[in-house]
Amino acid sequence: MIDVVINVTLLAFLAITAVAIVRMTDLFAIIMLFGIFSFLSAAMFIVMDAVDVAFTEAAVGAGISTVLMLTTIALTKDHKEKQSGSHRPWLPLTVVLVTGAALVYGTLDIPAFGDLQAPAQMHVAPYYVERSFTETGVPNIVTAVLASYRGFDTLGEVVVIFTAGIAVLLLIGGRRRRSNAVGKEGEENDA
Amino acid sequence: MLLENYLMFVAASLAFLVTLGLALARALMGPTVYDRIAAINMFGTKTVLLIAVLAFLSGRMDLLDIALVYALINFIGVVAVLKLVVYGDFHSSGKDITKPVKVDQR
Repeated sequence: MIDVVINVTLLAFLAITAVAIVRMTDLFAIIMLFGIFSFLSAAMFIVMDAVDVAFTEAAVGAGISTVLMLTTIALTKDHKEKQSGSHRPWLPLTVVLVTGAALVYGTLDIPAFGDLQAPAQMHVAPYYVERSFTETGVPNIVTAVLASYRGFDTLGEVVVIFTAGIAVLLLIGGRRRRSNAVGKEGEENDA
Repeated sequence: MLLENYLMFVAASLAFLVTLGLALARALMGPTVYDRIAAINMFGTKTVLLIAVLAFLSGRMDLLDIALVYALINFIGVVAVLKLVVYGDFHSSGKDITKPVKVDQR
């Protein structure tokens, strides 16, 4: 019962935040709302028992991407483009509606949530459910799959993310050397 | 679970949902930058508490570890956002407080 209340309230907050993000023009406020959106969806993932997804959502969505977007604003400055008068939303709206209808049509064939006979539950899932704890000693099955059975795969993902992080740091840190150089010149002039 | 415990956790989670709504309202309206930052900090804190209460409600105690990690992420994120808002970048040491601090009060 209380699960339903929490789910409905969190989903309503998500909808409010999404509409506010679309309607607002202040970029800083939009980034703050992005962070709130990430925390809300992470809480929803927790309610749905997808702990690892929730953890990734909180770390990437609320932590890193908020900071990265704020850094981008600091590097590029916040200025608005004037909206041209001939803004016609009908073509994009039609495309979005058709795509959404196709996706909803696609969900009609999907087995019910938690269905025992679903193909996803029939293939290797019973093996993991029965043996993952005795084989790996990890209580959470998803964590056991990610960190033990597919450990090398996860290692590769970590390498990719680490490389991307280094690239982003190089891009953001590029300004520091220039400002330091300017500062040094200023000091020399003072001396 | 005892009925009293269950009712207590239900009441606590309802109170957290109300607080989440208030923080969301402040983030939507908040005239200055600092209102919004306080709102997102409050939002993260209440998410941590909501997850902790959910852990007790559903009996999955491993969620408590996740709640702790959320608290860490929230703290580091808010410090980073504040530093960016006050200094405009991440590499100022913070010692040079004699310079005029750039804060735009939107």
